[in-house]
Amino acid sequence: MAITQTLTPAMQRRRKAQRRRCALYMVLIAIGLAAPFVAYPVFLMKVLCFALFACAFNLLLGFAGLLSFGHAAFLATGGYVTGTLLANHPGLTPELGILLGTVAAVVLGILFGALAIRRQGIYFAMVTLALAQMVYFFFVQAPFTGGEDGLHGVPRGELFGLINLRDNLNMYYFVFAVFLIGFAIIQRTVHSPFGQVLKAIRENEPRALSLGYNVDAYKLVAFVISAGLAGLAGATKSVVFQLASLTDAHWHMSGEVILMTLLGGVGTLFGPLVGAGLVVGLQTQLAQSPLGNWVSVILGAIFVICVLSFRSGIVGEIGLIVRKNFK
Amino acid sequence: MTMIFGVPLAVFIGQLMLGLINGAFYALLSLGLAVIFGLLKIVNFAHGAQYMLGAVAALLGLQYLGINYWVALLLVPLVIGGLGALIERLILRRIAHLDHLYGLLLTFGLALIFEGVLVNFLGVSGSSYPIPASLQGGFQLGFMFLPTYRGWVLVAALGVCLATWFIIERTRLGAYLRAGTENPALMQAFGVNVPQLITLTYGFGVALAAFAGVLAAPLYPVSPTMGSSLLIVVFAVVVIGGMGSILGAIVTGLGMGLIEGLTKVYYPEAANTVIFLVMVVVLMLRPAGLFGKEA
Repeated sequence: MAITQTLTPAMQRRRKAQRRRCALYMVLIAIGLAAPFVAYPVFLMKVLCFALFACAFNLLLGFAGLLSFGHAAFLATGGYVTGTLLANHPGLTPELGILLGTVAAVVLGILFGALAIRRQGIYFAMVTLALAQMVYFFFVQAPFTGGEDGLHGVPRGELFGLINLRDNLNMYYFVFAVFLIGFAIIQRTVHSPFGQVLKAIRENEPRALSLGYNVDAYKLVAFVISAGLAGLAGATKSVVFQLASLTDAHWHMSGEVILMTLLGGVGTLFGPLVGAGLVVGLQTQLAQSPLGNWVSVILGAIFVICVLSFRSGIVGEIGLIVRKNFK
Repeated sequence: MTMIFGVPLAVFIGQLMLGLINGAFYALLSLGLAVIFGLLKIVNFAHGAQYMLGAVAALLGLQYLGINYWVALLLVPLVIGGLGALIERLILRRIAHLDHLYGLLLTFGLALIFEGVLVNFLGVSGSSYPIPASLQGGFQLGFMFLPTYRGWVLVAALGVCLATWFIIERTRLGAYLRAGTENPALMQAFGVNVPQLITLTYGFGVALAAFAGVLAAPLYPVSPTMGSSLLIVVFAVVVIGGMGSILGAIVTGLGMGLIEGLTKVYYPEAANTVIFLVMVVVLMLRPAGLFGKEA
């Protein structure tokens, strides 16, 4: 009783917003649980893997203001490490394989991050791009990756040695759980004091520095979390499709994840999810149509239109409209 | 036969020469990037595509219109450069006031479109452009055989690089350009037409890429994807040299070509990555690049 009386209007509003956000999460989780009965589970798994990848990328661009043009390196590292381990060690369970793939991406993230955060803005983008290209050449030549052909025959195996992942429905729920864990990590990071400092760095780095924050350390941690989650997405993807290929390491993949994030909405939690769904859906649809050869042209056009006319992305624009009209 | 560190001299010199030629292309392309970045603060991600357009335009011009190499060397940079100026005027100008990253993303989208369209019409397999009759054959230099065309590429690329350096560092137009990069508003107040200067600069940078493309056409297979992988290497060169510097672009470009050539002699597996390794080392020692100013 006494507590409700001391709530200020601002606190009440925040509470209301929190309750609304909670309800939204519940609805989305329900949709996610019901989805495989409506749509093809393999397609949904692909969307979820790329959505996690895009969310991880967005943590860096949207909340720390760092445009990494080399995130494909982490996706591919997660994918190849998990794929190789599972293919060569029959005793290894998929969740351990995925964990090890993620760890490999984290290690790579620490190395790349330490180098890349020495430069800012456009330079940062170019340094990450060049480093990722180095990883690409490594994967082309390394003996375990199958070179141009890719790494085939990754077994899906049994989750915890119990649940058969060869069944698409089981696999889907596992991927959904992985996505939720990844998303929860990002959500917690963004809404924590750590996330607030990141935003401060994004808005005005010299000011954050003069306030006494160790800017480089914050950026590095954000970079490593993002790299790890991108690796998690790649590792999961290699289990789903039983394949790790050079496409994931190519810099076009780094461009695609930027497009997903930009299209959905940079700096929004759900934007990358929407963007990934749209881009993957578009690619899947176009691949079967006579327009199949024009995918990259269409993606390029979407890029140009996005940058020219709706830079906040779909979710961002909807947010703007809601705020303007339903205040 | 004379040996250098266990490698026959002819092989050694030959690889060094190939490296120098590659380096000339790195220098031309990173120079174009540096010129555009200097005034527009845009990392021109379409630079590789514009280089490719130069080569493809030369090839198509020869096949369908009978335009010979020498005419193409003049005409193609003009046309592609003009196209670049048009793109700046119609598209890039709209985002000039935004974060520089949007310029990078926009030009990346443009590169995807250029490349994708040409892949659909020409396919990904490369065609070859014949070496013009006047540049066939070669010289026996005593220690090596130098094909005339390679010699010409080196001379032409270096000539254009030095001319560009001269224009920017030693002429009145170049002074305007450098002043425009420092303070566009002040230049405008002095009555210099800065928007026009920007359009011309972008067009010139694109023309440099197209010129490199025409030069490259008889050396490398001409295909719609020839620019994109080269561009990433050029970005690394730019990071090593320091983006603001014209001289840095030229010197680093040639130097990286030589280092790549040397690696091909002694440890071929690393030839693709050696430039990126150099970049890592340079970043650790001098984050602003070899010729860059500390920001």
